[in-house]
Amino acid sequence: MGEFKVHRVRFFDYMPSGIRALAFNRGTERLAVARDQGSVELFNFPDNYCQEKVIPGRDGRSVEALCWVGSRLFSVGLDGLITEYDLDNLRPKYTVEAYGGPVWSISCNLEGNLLAVGCEDGTVKIFEVLDDRIQFQRNLDRQKGRIISVSWHPSGTKIAAGMMDMIRIFDAETGHAIHRLLVERGVGTAKNREVVVWSLAYLSDNTIISADSAGKVQIWDGLTGTLIRSHYITKWDVLALSVAHDESSLIAGTSEGTVVQFQFLSSGEQQDKEWIRTRTFKNHTHDVRALVLTDIAVVSGGMDTQLVVRPLLDKVEKNTAESALRKIVFPFKSLVSCAKKAGLLLFQFPDHLEVWRLGESEGYGKPGECLLIKRKPEKLIHLKRKGEDHICSSALSPCGSWLAYSTTSSVRLYRLQHSGNNISISKVSKLPKFLCSAHQLCFSPDSTKLFASSTQSSVIVISLGQSECKYVHTLATKSGSRQPVHLLAPSEDGKWLATANTDCEVHVYNLNKLKLHCTVPVYGSCPTAIAIHPMTSNLVIVHADKQVFEFSLGQKEYTEWSRKLQKQGLHPHWLERDTPISHIFFNPKNSNHIIMHDVYMLCVIDQSLPFPDPKTRLYNQMSLRGLPEAERVRHSHAFKICKSFQDVLSVISLEDQSLVIVERPLLDIMSQLPAPVLQKKFAT
Amino acid sequence: MVEHGEIRVVHRGGSKINFRQPVFTHDSRFLLCASANAVKVFSASTEECVHHLVGHTDLVTGLILRPSNHLQVFSCSLDGTVRLWDYDDGILIKTFVVGFPIYSIYASGSHDGVLFLTIPAKNDKRSDAFQLVAVQLPQSSEQLVEAREISAVLPDVSANPGAISFGRAGQYIASVCGLHLEVFFFKKQKSFRFSLKEENNKGIKNTFTCAACHPKEDCIATGHEDGKIRLWRNFSHKKEYTHSALHWHHDAVGALSFTPEGTNLLSGGVESVLVLWRYNQETQKDFLPRLGAAIAHIAVSPDGSLFCTAHSDNKITVIHSYVRVSAVIQGLVRGDRIWTDLVVDPRSKALVMNGKPGHLQFYSLQRDKLLYNLDIVQQEYIHESGLDQFEVVKVDFDAGGNWLATVEERKQNSAELELNLKLWAFDEQTQSFVLNTTVPAPHEDRISDLSFSPDRTTLLVSASRDGHFKAWALAPPTDAEDQSPSWCCDFVASYHGLAPHCCGFSADGSLLAVGFQEVVTVWSTASWELLTTLSQPPGHVRNLCFGRLSCSKYLLGTTTKNQLCCWNLLSCSLEWSTSMDVTLLLADPLSENMAAFCFEAGSTDLFVFKPSEPRPLFSHKAVCSGRVLRAVFSPREELLEGCEEDVQWLNSSRLFFFTPSMDLMTFSTKAEEDRLMASSKQLVIGDQVSMTPFNLLLGKRGQTEGQEVAAGSERVQPPQGSSAVKELLQTPAHVLPSTSYLCSMFVQSLLISTSDKREQNNVTEEEMESEKEEDDSEDEETQSSAVKPDVASGGGRTGDPTDPGLTKAQTKELRRVRKLDYSWLRDLD
Repeated sequence: MGEFKVHRVRFFDYMPSGIRALAFNRGTERLAVARDQGSVELFNFPDNYCQEKVIPGRDGRSVEALCWVGSRLFSVGLDGLITEYDLDNLRPKYTVEAYGGPVWSISCNLEGNLLAVGCEDGTVKIFEVLDDRIQFQRNLDRQKGRIISVSWHPSGTKIAAGMMDMIRIFDAETGHAIHRLLVERGVGTAKNREVVVWSLAYLSDNTIISADSAGKVQIWDGLTGTLIRSHYITKWDVLALSVAHDESSLIAGTSEGTVVQFQFLSSGEQQDKEWIRTRTFKNHTHDVRALVLTDIAVVSGGMDTQLVVRPLLDKVEKNTAESALRKIVFPFKSLVSCAKKAGLLLFQFPDHLEVWRLGESEGYGKPGECLLIKRKPEKLIHLKRKGEDHICSSALSPCGSWLAYSTTSSVRLYRLQHSGNNISISKVSKLPKFLCSAHQLCFSPDSTKLFASSTQSSVIVISLGQSECKYVHTLATKSGSRQPVHLLAPSEDGKWLATANTDCEVHVYNLNKLKLHCTVPVYGSCPTAIAIHPMTSNLVIVHADKQVFEFSLGQKEYTEWSRKLQKQGLHPHWLERDTPISHIFFNPKNSNHIIMHDVYMLCVIDQSLPFPDPKTRLYNQMSLRGLPEAERVRHSHAFKICKSFQDVLSVISLEDQSLVIVERPLLDIMSQLPAPVLQKKFAT
Repeated sequence: MVEHGEIRVVHRGGSKINFRQPVFTHDSRFLLCASANAVKVFSASTEECVHHLVGHTDLVTGLILRPSNHLQVFSCSLDGTVRLWDYDDGILIKTFVVGFPIYSIYASGSHDGVLFLTIPAKNDKRSDAFQLVAVQLPQSSEQLVEAREISAVLPDVSANPGAISFGRAGQYIASVCGLHLEVFFFKKQKSFRFSLKEENNKGIKNTFTCAACHPKEDCIATGHEDGKIRLWRNFSHKKEYTHSALHWHHDAVGALSFTPEGTNLLSGGVESVLVLWRYNQETQKDFLPRLGAAIAHIAVSPDGSLFCTAHSDNKITVIHSYVRVSAVIQGLVRGDRIWTDLVVDPRSKALVMNGKPGHLQFYSLQRDKLLYNLDIVQQEYIHESGLDQFEVVKVDFDAGGNWLATVEERKQNSAELELNLKLWAFDEQTQSFVLNTTVPAPHEDRISDLSFSPDRTTLLVSASRDGHFKAWALAPPTDAEDQSPSWCCDFVASYHGLAPHCCGFSADGSLLAVGFQEVVTVWSTASWELLTTLSQPPGHVRNLCFGRLSCSKYLLGTTTKNQLCCWNLLSCSLEWSTSMDVTLLLADPLSENMAAFCFEAGSTDLFVFKPSEPRPLFSHKAVCSGRVLRAVFSPREELLEGCEEDVQWLNSSRLFFFTPSMDLMTFSTKAEEDRLMASSKQLVIGDQVSMTPFNLLLGKRGQTEGQEVAAGSERVQPPQGSSAVKELLQTPAHVLPSTSYLCSMFVQSLLISTSDKREQNNVTEEEMESEKEEDDSEDEETQSSAVKPDVASGGGRTGDPTDPGLTKAQTKELRRVRKLDYSWLRDLD
């Protein structure tokens, strides 16, 4: 018989939102990604492209462009506001009205003290960046027509602004326009349409690169205001541009989903370099809306919601983890929670929550067989959120009678009452005042406590009672970390609570004493999943770089197994996997089994077996099957990997020895996207 | 030396001209191409073969203009020599003996006195390993020089000459082989190697096929098996190289070439489309489609005004730089195989066989020139490999050349066989064959033989594997609307359900012999009754042939069981038989001789005999390796007077045959070769029209005539010789009168001059001509320049001075006369 009965859940209609803007901070190597629904995500590139933080969106907020100023992140949107984000508390810090109608673009000068924003009313507004806010300084000469794109010259003396049908160059000191570069319209019917200069880059040698809606990438001499070269790269729009830091290469993204690279090469003996179109990358099916060219990779995002990191093979070592193409589709944070005892699933959407009851099946079957469904899964509750802020976290208690969600402004707790097949929901009205916002919510296994991660790495503990909910304690660390806790893992016996924050700290609290029990030595990579073993009370931690640690809470040290694993090192194939381990749990029947999963596989780590030899294959299930029994024992190793489930959002083990695997096939997401631009394909 | 009277197997015409990339001469007037063991010099404008550079003893494998003297050309050959020619005069200047078979040759202006050759890798036993070496040419005045100073440049290169290319100013050389691009820098003496993955994840083949270097910039274009063209840049670094891809071709890129200024990149492949990419603006491209066959090589003239493409059907197309075809040089079209028998057209004496797909080609063996292609299938041919398309499989002419019968078939593995029998009538007016009758599905199975009756009655017999043979006759028109008679089936017969394999008419057409497996049946064509059966089992009858002239009472047959039998039809008995594996039996239509090609021990022997006596007149052992399956007797235009017995059979006709490797060979006697040598010494007319008195007169008249007629369309020649313009241009600006004054003077100079001036001009012109008559025609260059101002000043004249009122018809006639060939006049004096 099979090990587990699996509920294969495919009714979670999770739909990621399209990528609108990207901004890369070279200092901290963080990438900020803005999505259509207004949320902003931060990716830590050195740490395996790990998604560190998510700032939830808000109804009516749109982000059109992002800009890093030092380690501060600003955004502008068509709502006419300039927003600075509080990256510690994952919320907008403040907004400033630009008073110029919708704002299309934002650009910061090299010194980082001035911001230029391009507005619908035709003004480029200069804002001064102060320590705690920004202040309007002045307007540049007002133009007719909207300012779509803005770019500073690295010297800070000139600003180029892309408009409809033209590019203007301003003197940043006087605010007067110096040059007017007319951009040619498209041919044919496009002749009657204004051409939009979607993106601009002002290089230090006074070259201006423009990308426009007529499918051209044009290279201008900014001193004389003349066109040097024009490259037609698509029949549709060129939406985004990004120039490498050393200005030797640039990329342009088109509506066809292609990214075209240009390189500044000298073609002959005489050292006159010119921009030459070189490579074309096609990793998107839809518009490429935003691009970043880092030192080693092309990062692109667009309507098809995927963030693609395509390493430049001339800049990285070949055939390493670094040279692999990465497509980041799913959020790292779990959007599914499960009532293990009641068999209920909670799905989190930005604007509502859904509670489903799992189906039931009849009897038993052979391994790998589909069981007959006795009762279909059923949607019990569709809970719309209150307020304009999007839901950032949610939780369902194991008993299935409590439901909590949080936005950046409030936390709401609901009681679910089951009576037969009916279910009723009632809001718990009185919540402690401390609980105004939570980055992460979690119920204790016995459903008597709610843990909410709060500011400065603290965790608020609330006891849940029939009558009222009481604030119990705030678990705080002495490390002084300002980063929010993004992982909460209570132990099964209710004694321990492990927390992890984005400063890579893992703390364990004793819930009985409400005290910090110990701190796991800080490892340089962000933890992506933590769990406490119900029997041995060992804490298992998996980091973004796929390293697995086991920490004994009793001895307050790494276990023997963990040391052995670190000594021998993990299998290279394991380390090369490009999606993070998102969840850890334990096989209740076999205490040696640690089960973890990422988007493409489910892995059972058997602590009783030897570690795999780096030279042998990691996925040896198929070859093992062909071997005789005796041989099989000799060849089997600790990592047993199951790949029969793809695009896995979440795997949860229920009380009754069954697993719930929530899949969201990429094809389903693709089919819900709008139609891409029409392209003639050869031989069709 | 060849003994007198000895018969040799020689190449005579029909050689490949598409084997290697053609080379334009520096002035773009001539096109040099390697053609079997010789180099042919074609005129790029008239398509005429001007010179034959003969001297190599094996296949010529490469040509390149000498960088230091562009009037000379190097050629390399498998015989291990490099020869230097003066192509203008057709003289061999020097022979360099290298000592290894050479597969291709490269040279660059910056490497003086050094040639780069592809030779087999020495210490490698594999035949497909080649290396690129540099050969220092010794400075010596001798004719025959040993060039032994060889240094290796690149190991492991491709034998394909298009895979190696010299970069900007000869600084580096790029070579592609398999999945690697290797660039060797001469200055640094260092090579960089760039590799591609064998297949990308979509299963597309990345293998390199050809390379071309940009002449002005550091950019290498490479063609790939999947149809992509990659442009490599920045390759002077190992790591930071970069490439961009151009993708239009859907199949392998066959050839690539940059124009001399590097503004355009030309590419071609199986699609038979020449693609012209604008360098650095690759989204704009021009196409020249429907070139007829896959493009194998592309060459560009040094001034960039002409391109030329060599095609897989042995054709060279000369193309203007504005992408218009200007000339086509067509050799004998040779596919990978011939389905039809070789037939000689009785009218034009041209060799008729499969040509372009779906066409019959008429190839004049005497003039070594393709006369025309006749479209038989009349369907669009799709240029893609692996498609099953209609092909002409049988062809025959009637005795007078008035009728042509063709059979086309399409054999698809699964689907039914499609067959068409077509009959074509010769149209005197158009001098071409016109389709008269199409018989769809004339038989239920493949037609195994097709034969016209040799007498003047129109009777066609087709034998098919379905067990029947059918006789087709010309029937009078059935109703009034039909003007021309059409063909219909006259008689169907079978013999015991056996499948006929061959059929043949006796010389007078009264008897028809049909071979049904082991049995030969003889039928009377008058009454269609079975006269007799002849049988010589075991073995199926493979070939049937009636004797001619004095031997017409004999019927010869070959069987699959290695028997050659000769029956006497008067006695209906076997006259003689001999045991030999005859693959092909042919009767000379002009004599009683018969030729039998016998396969023995891996090669083919030829026996020529008379049916009356079982003794060969002539035999030639091992004419070629493999089986000869196609051969033909072609009547001579002028009879030879060979008196030796073993040469006599060649007196009235020549025997041509195809080797299994598709080389057209013939038998030649010493006398014939001598005569050919003598005739080749005569100069051939190129586009430089020879200076006979007639030509001087007519040519000039035609020139002025041409200007006059084409005045509407052509640009008027600027009057650079006129005194007004001279004055205008030569006087210093500060002493010039006002512009308004000059303008009127200038306009006046453009006007038609008065008649008395014309008279005067004419006199001087005639004087000049008479002067030139005494001159010999060696210095043509100065002559034309001397004549030019004269012509120019008379450019505005309305008509010819001596014949002022010339009608249009007269003009036409004059121009026609001018086009006629007057070179024979030279032979008279």
